[in-house]
Amino acid sequence: MTDFLWLVVLLPLVGAAVNLIFGKRIGEPFAGWLGFVVVASSFVIAAIPAYDVIAGTAEPVTVHLFSWIPVLGVEAEILWDPLSVLLTLIVTGVGSLIHLYSIGYMHGDERFPRFFAYLNLFIASMLILVLAANYAVMFVGWELVGLSSYLLISFWFTKPEAAAAGKKAFVVNRIGDWGFLIAMMLIFAAFGTFDFHTIFATAEGVLSVGMATAITLLLFVAAAGKSAQIPLYVWLPDAMEGPTPVSALIHAATMVTAGVFMMARSAVLFEMAPVSGAVVATVGVLTALLAAVIAVAQTDIKRVLAYSTISQLGYMVLAVGVGAYSAGVFHLTTHAFFKALLFLGAGSVIHAMANEQSMLKMGGLRKVLPVTFATMGVAWLAISGIFPFSGFWSKDEILAATFAKGGAWLLLYGLGLLVAILTAFYMTRLFVLTFLGGRRWDEGVHPHESPASMTIPLVILAVFSFGFGFVNTPMRLGFEHFLEPAFHGVPHPDALDDSVIWTLAIVALVSAVVGIALAWRRYNRDELPAENTGWWSSAMAGFHVDEWYGRLFVLPGKRGAELAGQMDAKGIDGVAHGIARGVREAGTALQPVQSGKVRGYAGLLAAAGVVLIVAIVVIGGGF
Amino acid sequence: MPLLSILIAIPFLGALIVALLPKKRPELVLPVGLGVSIAPLAVAVWLTAEFAVGDPSFQFGELFVISDVFGVSWRLGVDGISLFMVGLTALLFPIAIAASRSVTDRAKTYMALMLILEGAVFGVFLALDLLVFFAFFEIVLIPMYLLIRIWGSGNRVYASIKFVLFTAVGSAFLLAGIIALGILAGDTAGSLSAFDLPNVLAVELSETTQLWLFLAFGIAFAIKIPLFPFHTWLPDAHTEAPTAGSVILAGVLLKLGTYGLLRFNLTLFPDAAVDLAPYIAALGVVGIVYGAAAAIVQPDIKRLVAYSSVSHMGFIVLGTFAFTTQALQGSVFTMISHGLTTGALFLLIGMIYDRTHTRAIADYGGLAKVMPVYAGIFLFSAFASAGLPGLSGFIGEFTVLIGSYMTLPVLAIVAGSGVILAAIYLLWAYERMFMGPVNSKIEGLKDLGFRELAIMIPLIVLILGLGVYPKPVMERIEPSVNVILDRIESATEFDVPEYGREPAPTIEIDHSDDGHSDEEGDH
Amino acid sequence: MTIAVAVTASWYLTLAAALFSIGVAGVLIRRNALVMFMSIELMLNSVNLTFVAVGTELGLIEGHTAALFVMVVAAAEVTVGLAIIVAIFRKRSSADVDQLAELRG
Repeated sequence: MTDFLWLVVLLPLVGAAVNLIFGKRIGEPFAGWLGFVVVASSFVIAAIPAYDVIAGTAEPVTVHLFSWIPVLGVEAEILWDPLSVLLTLIVTGVGSLIHLYSIGYMHGDERFPRFFAYLNLFIASMLILVLAANYAVMFVGWELVGLSSYLLISFWFTKPEAAAAGKKAFVVNRIGDWGFLIAMMLIFAAFGTFDFHTIFATAEGVLSVGMATAITLLLFVAAAGKSAQIPLYVWLPDAMEGPTPVSALIHAATMVTAGVFMMARSAVLFEMAPVSGAVVATVGVLTALLAAVIAVAQTDIKRVLAYSTISQLGYMVLAVGVGAYSAGVFHLTTHAFFKALLFLGAGSVIHAMANEQSMLKMGGLRKVLPVTFATMGVAWLAISGIFPFSGFWSKDEILAATFAKGGAWLLLYGLGLLVAILTAFYMTRLFVLTFLGGRRWDEGVHPHESPASMTIPLVILAVFSFGFGFVNTPMRLGFEHFLEPAFHGVPHPDALDDSVIWTLAIVALVSAVVGIALAWRRYNRDELPAENTGWWSSAMAGFHVDEWYGRLFVLPGKRGAELAGQMDAKGIDGVAHGIARGVREAGTALQPVQSGKVRGYAGLLAAAGVVLIVAIVVIGGGF
Repeated sequence: MPLLSILIAIPFLGALIVALLPKKRPELVLPVGLGVSIAPLAVAVWLTAEFAVGDPSFQFGELFVISDVFGVSWRLGVDGISLFMVGLTALLFPIAIAASRSVTDRAKTYMALMLILEGAVFGVFLALDLLVFFAFFEIVLIPMYLLIRIWGSGNRVYASIKFVLFTAVGSAFLLAGIIALGILAGDTAGSLSAFDLPNVLAVELSETTQLWLFLAFGIAFAIKIPLFPFHTWLPDAHTEAPTAGSVILAGVLLKLGTYGLLRFNLTLFPDAAVDLAPYIAALGVVGIVYGAAAAIVQPDIKRLVAYSSVSHMGFIVLGTFAFTTQALQGSVFTMISHGLTTGALFLLIGMIYDRTHTRAIADYGGLAKVMPVYAGIFLFSAFASAGLPGLSGFIGEFTVLIGSYMTLPVLAIVAGSGVILAAIYLLWAYERMFMGPVNSKIEGLKDLGFRELAIMIPLIVLILGLGVYPKPVMERIEPSVNVILDRIESATEFDVPEYGREPAPTIEIDHSDDGHSDEEGDH
Repeated sequence: MTIAVAVTASWYLTLAAALFSIGVAGVLIRRNALVMFMSIELMLNSVNLTFVAVGTELGLIEGHTAALFVMVVAAAEVTVGLAIIVAIFRKRSSADVDQLAELRG
């Protein structure tokens, strides 16, 4: 059944091409349906062979398509193993729901077909990334994801903010890509190939610890770009300039998961480099903490979610750092469901409120948007880590794995727990401000529940957000066993006693409840607390990191570029012009010799002849 | 059939035909010129198809001795490197000519010069005799000078003279070098002098001689490429040249320099090449970063693309002097791809210039709203130029970087930063020109018409096609590149790292070193 | 009494040198283009004399050939040169070379 896997990638590409070229003629809403159908078909085509893998009856296979760059030994191949199966299903599954949702959301936009062309391209890029069987092809998907995010974030390009945000996303990602590129140079120099199978099978013998550390740290730089970690997270909050379904796609199902996925894919290499693991874990926790703190102070509903994504990604990165790869991927999966749900729900709210995004002007939407309210409620509990919602299981597993490492890692565990409290706090804040309490709407706003094409995806995602956690509980590690073949024998994190596991779970649950309770007390009232001074406004502005980056990197960079520009005009051309002037002046100086008098010339000629003869006689000693 | 001679002769004869067209029928000039320039394209396609893959020698060879005494002969041949240079030339000239409809002043002269230029470029790429090569190398200069001088914009006098003077200085060194080498070769061949490539290759040169000759050849090519710091003629020439001139200049003429380095400097003077490689590659890398940085701040879109050329050519030089099969193949591939992507960008700029007569980025804004199709194609070309995977630019630069790392690790890493800078200058320019609110000056502009689309589509198809499936090109380049490496390896102490030239290496378990320094790698 | 003096090559060479010097002096001193022209012819003929003398002395044919060659070239030169002088004279009614300084740098 894997014979048709190439169609999984090709279909969205074809959809993108058709909508790009003929979109205007197809028009609304058929362009949208076309976009949806190709992605849904990809899901079905992938699901059939995936069933065998999930059931455990199929071995991982590599499907060869064609030879891409022969001199580097790069083959265009599809790697069909549990990890890629999982990601393919998430990408196409959640992706098709987002397509469906967009048909309603983008209704009336003049570039409606173009939007679906870009969405399809995004899905195709992501599929190339997850299905790649070597780093080079993965890099193709990696970059194309960057391209699609650029196109989608700056979709409403006449808004200068959207244009700038798209560019920022692409450029910041490219900084990470530099790391990926250098990592690939090292890999090729060491292995002579990019092929995953060869690399992972021989890494132990080929790589020194130092080289493995270098490669993995560089890969982490790349992952920090895509998965929005310190210091490259700054593009993600701005990325909400795109239409809301785009945010859902970027934040949940596709782009940001790429970094975590890539690191999980490289588990063998990370396992060889303990130093990298420590760095990765620390950066992950710090990112989670910073983003959670910033999220607490945001008033824009999409910005809260954006920072929450960064924070949750921090958890996943922490998981990779502590060597709990399947826990990281598990959280990636549950997060894909509840974060997509949160963004689509937020989109539904914004849609209803006539594009109002400030939570301070919402409130009391519970009755008007019942479906959105109920489904968002599920997502809220899931991300906060309330038993038995999916987020509880996956988050708990990461924290437990960190705890199990003991020693200094306990500090990371403590920070992780703090983030859990903060997460519960800001999500409750969001939920309460939006749906509960009194109405603080602007005049003339008449909210209404969204059409079915938008609510159906919400309901489906809510079901998964609630129930998906049960595939991997401490009682039954189904998910972990399923992923095992993808990690090439990387050992499991240290197992803990049952009693410790349950204690940790209860601790996590309690911290979530504490966070919810604190926020509930603070916000579930008619008079909202004033949050626009001192610490709050600083956190609201993301601690002015963007301004600092501007001062530290962008401005000096611009200066340098201007210097380069001037050096051409003044430095290098100065020399060239100087030579030209020298020639001209020498000519002027010698001008009088050219008197125009024939007899003068003849005299000089004769004199020169005499001098020559004398010279020959005297110096040369005769003839 | 002397196919290659015919290839060179067609454009020259075409120029004659164009010159003889009746004065009263100016409308005939463009179709005739286009027709003439398509004929070499057909020949080039046929050559590519008939080219024996895997054969490293010169194919379709022709030999006619011009002078026994001086050892000059009309020797032509095609290998995997020149094949695609010829193809690129044959492709870009019809496109550039088709894009010259706005040239109405002295159209006949213009067309004749374009065709002479085309013939001369074919001559450069096909000639395997140093003196004949030099002759064509110089002939190229004259029509290009006139194209800029007569049909250029604002500052054309300055730009054209700068172009000629810079290039002529290089040529003086080249001629001296060729004559010196020819006389040395004459001693071996038993004639007064010898310029034929096989004879020249047979000469044993001392290291000092190699060094001097390398520099004489190298400076001419370095100016032509142009290599930092000889590049300042390029932004001026590109900016002032008419659209077709810029396309040809960037797409084809710059490749004369890199082609010369590959064909002559590397094979004729291997010792000097190995000795000087790190320095020249370093200049290339400086060019990558410097050109990109300078591009960021250009207020003129055409100048911006010109500076981006300096950056891209840096990749080619880096790859050329890394001496690995990957890097060299990447270099040749980048030559092709740069011709396509930069050619496309210059054509697009020409199309908008025809409408607005301004190249200042600040005069635009929100263009994507006014001309969506144009914007789409521009963005496509910009991303191709920035090396987006799946498009041709990526294949070349990626291969260069990976291949260069094995011998010049630091330079390769620094060169990698070019990917960031390319994204910055292209996307920032795109943002200012195409996004944001619509500038009132450009409201109501017409989007691309059928003719303009027809000009762009071949380039788009090739950029995409080569990016997705580069194998047909790569497999033709590979043997020819390996010949150069074999010669370097046999003539010098240098050891080419093996990865990629053999099937996947067998790995020794004990061998746990980094495995990335020059002499490393499994043998 | 006859004094047998052998006319050796040095006689001819001395004569040639003298002729040449006269020619040089003529070119340098006289201002009339026609006279300068005659002086140049004198110099050419002194060179011819040298060629022939040395050719005879060494028994080489090349000297005589060169002399013939010079004569042919000189004839051609005279034709062109005289034509130019006539043209100049017609235009300016003078053949004074000092007045002809149009090519001054």
